[in-house]
Amino acid sequence: MEATGFSVLTAIIFIPIIAGVVILFLDRKNRDLVRGVGVTAAAAVLALSLAVYFGYDNFVKADGGLIESQQALLDSGAELSGAQMFADALAFEQRVVWVESLGIAYHVGVDGVSAPMVLLTGMVAVAGVLISWNIEDRLREFMAFFMFLVAGVYGVFIAVDLFMLFFFYELAIFPMYLLIAGWGWVKLREYAAMKLTLYILVGSVFALVGAVAMYFAAGAYFTGSGADVFEAAVASGILPADSGAYSWSIVQLTLAAENGAFAIEILGIDGLNFERFWFPFMFMGFGVLAGVFPFHNWSPDGHVAAPTAVSMIHAGVLMKVGAFAALRSGMQLLPDGADTHLPWIVFLTLINVVYGALIAFRQRDFKYVIGFSSVSHMGLVSMGWATMNLTGMTGAGIQMFSHGAMTALFFGVVGMVYDRSHTRDIPSLGGFIKVMPWVGVAFVIGGLTSMGMPGLSGFIAEFPIFQGMWAASEQITLQLGAFQLSNYYSVIVIIAALGIVITAAYVLRVAGQVFFGEFDAARYHDVGNIEMTDRIVLIILGSPLIILGLYPPIMAPMIESGIRPLIALLGGG
Amino acid sequence: MEFDLWAQLPSVLPEIGLTALAILVLFADIYGSPAARRNVVFISAVGMALLALVPLIWLPDPKLFENGALLWGGMVNYDPLSQIFKVMLLLAGAVTCLMAAGDKGVGDKGEFYLIVIVATLGGLMMSSASDLILVFVALETLSIPLYMLASFRRGDARSAESGMKYFLYGAFASAIMLFGFSLLYGFTGTTGLSGIADAINSSVGDSVVAVMTALVMVVVGFGFKISAVPFHFWTPDVYEGAPTPVTAFVSVSSKAASFVLLVRFLTAAFPVDLVIGGVIIQDFWVNLLIVISIVSMTLGNVVALRQSNIKRLLAYSSIAQAGYTLIGVAALQGANDSLAVASVSFYMFMYIFTNLLVFGGVILFIAATDSEEISDMAGLNRRSPWLALFITIGLLSLGGIPPAAGFFGKFLLFQAAVNSNLVGLALIAVTNAIIALYYYLVVIKVMYVDSGPDDDVPIAIPRSYAWSLGITALVVILLGTIAVTPVYDWAALGALGL
Repeated sequence: MEATGFSVLTAIIFIPIIAGVVILFLDRKNRDLVRGVGVTAAAAVLALSLAVYFGYDNFVKADGGLIESQQALLDSGAELSGAQMFADALAFEQRVVWVESLGIAYHVGVDGVSAPMVLLTGMVAVAGVLISWNIEDRLREFMAFFMFLVAGVYGVFIAVDLFMLFFFYELAIFPMYLLIAGWGWVKLREYAAMKLTLYILVGSVFALVGAVAMYFAAGAYFTGSGADVFEAAVASGILPADSGAYSWSIVQLTLAAENGAFAIEILGIDGLNFERFWFPFMFMGFGVLAGVFPFHNWSPDGHVAAPTAVSMIHAGVLMKVGAFAALRSGMQLLPDGADTHLPWIVFLTLINVVYGALIAFRQRDFKYVIGFSSVSHMGLVSMGWATMNLTGMTGAGIQMFSHGAMTALFFGVVGMVYDRSHTRDIPSLGGFIKVMPWVGVAFVIGGLTSMGMPGLSGFIAEFPIFQGMWAASEQITLQLGAFQLSNYYSVIVIIAALGIVITAAYVLRVAGQVFFGEFDAARYHDVGNIEMTDRIVLIILGSPLIILGLYPPIMAPMIESGIRPLIALLGGG
Repeated sequence: MEFDLWAQLPSVLPEIGLTALAILVLFADIYGSPAARRNVVFISAVGMALLALVPLIWLPDPKLFENGALLWGGMVNYDPLSQIFKVMLLLAGAVTCLMAAGDKGVGDKGEFYLIVIVATLGGLMMSSASDLILVFVALETLSIPLYMLASFRRGDARSAESGMKYFLYGAFASAIMLFGFSLLYGFTGTTGLSGIADAINSSVGDSVVAVMTALVMVVVGFGFKISAVPFHFWTPDVYEGAPTPVTAFVSVSSKAASFVLLVRFLTAAFPVDLVIGGVIIQDFWVNLLIVISIVSMTLGNVVALRQSNIKRLLAYSSIAQAGYTLIGVAALQGANDSLAVASVSFYMFMYIFTNLLVFGGVILFIAATDSEEISDMAGLNRRSPWLALFITIGLLSLGGIPPAAGFFGKFLLFQAAVNSNLVGLALIAVTNAIIALYYYLVVIKVMYVDSGPDDDVPIAIPRSYAWSLGITALVVILLGTIAVTPVYDWAALGALGL
C-alpha cells in the first residue's frame, strides 16, 4: 500500500498522549470528567484500532490483495526478497522526517504481525480504563499516566523506524513504573516496580547499542559496496526517495541485512561475525520483556504488585511488546544470528513453558498463579519464533493475541474477586460463581483457552507452534560439535505438550477452589455481583477468544502474510 | 588581514552587551529607587535573554571559520561552536536570575545579579577563546565570581565553608593549569592554540614526555571545572553548602563553558596529525579521557546511590553527567568528528535546561519544607502536583528517558562512541545509565508514593517560578521531541570551525 499523507495510526498514538495531557490539567476533584475523558479517548482508540484491523484484513484478503500477490511471488519461483516483501506488506503508512541528518523518521505502519497487536492494545486500553473506574487515590494522575503508557505501547507496535521503536519502548517504561509503585499492592509494589523497570531497561539499552552498531554498519555498506543496491531500492520505491544511506528505517536495515551488510568479521575471532555477536543482545534484550528464561523473574512480582489495569496491560500487551520487538529488531534484522542462536534459545523457552506452569501450580495466591502462567504461555511465543518456519511462527503470532486477551481477562477476574473479597488466598475463597456468575464464566472461558481447548483461540495458537517445532527438526542443521541440536526438537515438543497438562491442572484447581465448592456466606456477606463497567470488560476481552477459536480465518491469514517476509529472510521453508 | 571593525564586532557583541548590562545593573542597584531595585532581577534576566538572540542574528561567515580564521588579533574564534555555547550560557544566566528572585538572602540583593552577569561574561569568552592568555583570563572571569557566589549567604557557615573550599580547590587547579600553559608556551613560543600544534610538529623533536606533562596538567584544570573524577572532591560540599540558585548556576555554566573550551583546546592544540617521536598524541588524550570518563560515571553513580540529601545526590549525579559528556570528547578521535562535537554540544544544551529545571524545583521544595532531605519530599505530588511533575521531568531527562531531552542526549553520545569504535565505552555507559535511573526513580517514588506528615498542606508556586519552571520543562520536552532537528543540525555545524 502506498504511503499516504496522514495515517490513522498517527491518531492512535496521539489521542492517548493528548488525552493524558488534558487530564493532567483537569480539576482533580472532578472525577467524572477525568473518567469521561479517559474512557472517551480509549474508546476512540479502540474504534480506530478496529478500523485498522479490518482495513488491513481487507488489504490482505481482497482480490489481488497481499495474500494473492505473495502467493504469485512464491509460485513464480523468483528469488524472494524479504525486504521487498516486508515493504509490500506495510499498510497505513505515514512517514515524516524527524532528524534528517541522523536518518531518523517518524514512520508508522502495520503489517500482519502488528495489526492484531494494535487491536489487542485498543481492547486492553478500554478494559483498563473501565476496571479503574473506582480508584480512590489520585484518579487524575493514574488516568494520565495510563494514557501515556498506552501511547508508548502503540508506538512500539506501529514503528517502522528502529529509533522510533526504541523511543516509544523507553517512553512506556516510566509511566509503568509510577503506576505500579504508586497504585500497586502496598506490600510489594516498590520492590516489584523497581525490579521490573531495571530488568526491562537493562535489556533495551544493550539492544540500543546493538542497534546503533547496525545503523553504522548498514550505512557503511550502502555508501560503499552496496551503493548500487541502495540506488536500485530507491528507484524501485522500496525506500522513499529522500532516504539517505544512513537510516534507521527498518525496511532499509532489513535490506542491508538481506544483502549481507552485517556479515562482517569482528574482533578477529573465527566464526564470530557482527550478526552472531549482536543477535543475543537484540533478541534477549527485548526477550527480557517477553519473560524469556532466565530473565523472567521480574514478571510474576511485577504482575502481582501492579494495580489491576496495569497488570492487564502489562501481561496482556507489554510482554507482547517484548516478543514483537525481539522479532522485529532481532530476527528480522539479524537473520544469520537467528539461525545460529535460536536453536539453543529454544531450550530456554522450553524451561519457560514447563517451569512456569509448575511454579504456577504451587501458588496459593490467585494473582501469582496468573503471573506464572504468563511466563509459561509467553514461552510458547518465543518457542514459536524459534521454529523459524511459517507454521510455528504464525502460531506464535496468534498466541500473542490470544494470550494477550486471555491473560488480561484473567487479571480482570482476579481484580474483581479481590476488590470484593479482599483476599487472594485461594484456599480461603470458594463458591464465588454463586455471587459472581459472570466472573466465574469468564474465568472458565479463559482457563479453557489457556489449556488449549479446541474451539477457543488457545488451540489455534498452540497447535501450530508444536507442529512447527516438530517440523523444524528437519530444517535446522546447526551442530554443536557432534551434537545436533535439532534432533531434540521432537523431545521438546513432547515435553512442552506435557506442560499443557500442568496448565490444565492448575487452572482446574483454581477454578474448583475459587469459583466452585462451599461459599462462606458469613465471611463474604458483602460480596455482590459486578457492575456494568466490569461486565463490559469481560465481554471485550472474552469474546475474541471464542470468535477466534471458532473462526480462525479472521486472523490466521493476516499473521501468515506478516510472517512470510521473515521466512524469506531466514531462508527457511 | 586588514582590521575591519564592523566585520569583527559581531563576534564579541554579546560580551559587550553583557558588560553594558553589568554596568546598568550596578547603577540601578546603587542609585536606583526601591522600585528600580526590585526590577533588577527582570532587567538582568530579560537583558541576558535578549542578548541570547544576538548570536542567532549575526551568524558567523562560513568562509571565515571554515578556514580557521581568527578575529581580534588571533584571540577570538567566530564559529558556530562558540555561538551555540554563547546562547546556552546566556539562557542559563537568565533562568538562574529568575530562579534566584524569590530566594531570601540571595535574590533580594542586587549584587547577586551583577556577579551572575560577570560570570556569564567569562563563560562567553571561554567559548570563543583561541589563545592561552585569553583562555586563562576568561576562565578566571568565570571562576572568581563563582567563588563569591558560593559564599553569598555570608551569615551561613555552610555557605562560607562552601565558598572557601571552592576557592582553595579552584585556585589550586588554576595554578596547575597555568603551569601547563606556561610549559606549552615554553616549548612552542606561541600562545595561539592552533599555533601550538604547528610549533610542536616543527621544533619540539622527540620530547614527548614534556608535551604530555603539559597536556595532563591542562586536563587536570579542566577536570576540576567539569568535576570529573579524581578532581571532583569539592563538588558535593560546594553543591550542598552554596545557596541553591548558585548551585544550579555552578552546575551548568561552569561545566558547559569548560567543555567547549576542552573540545577546542584538544582539537586545536593536539590534532590528529600531531606525532612526536612516533607517539600519536591524540591516542594519548583519547585514552586518558576514556579512563576519566569511565571512572567519573561509575563513581558518581555508585556514590549517588547512598545519598540522602537531594543536593548531594545531584552533585554526584553531575559528576556522572560529566563522565557521560566526556564520552563525546573522547569520540573526537579520527577525522570525522562532527558527530562527536554535535553530541557534546547537544548534551550540554539539554543538560543546562534539565539541571536548571531540577534545581528550580528543589529551590521551591527547600523553601517550603526548610529541608534538603530526600525523605522530606514524601507526598510532594499531593502537596503540589505541578512541582512534582516538573522535578520528575527533569530527573527523567537526567536519566535519559523519553520524551525528555536526555534520551536524545545520551543516544547521541552513544552513537558518537560507536562511530569512533568505542563500543566497549558505550556498553559501560549504558550500564551506568541503568544505575543512575535507579536513584532518580527513588526520588520520584518518594514524591509520588510515600506519604509525609504534611500531605494536606499545599505548596504554592510563585509566579516567577511558574514561568521559569514551566518554560524550562517545556524546553526539555521539546528538545527531546520536535526541536531535536534544528538544535542538532546547529550543533553539528560546530565541527566546521574546528
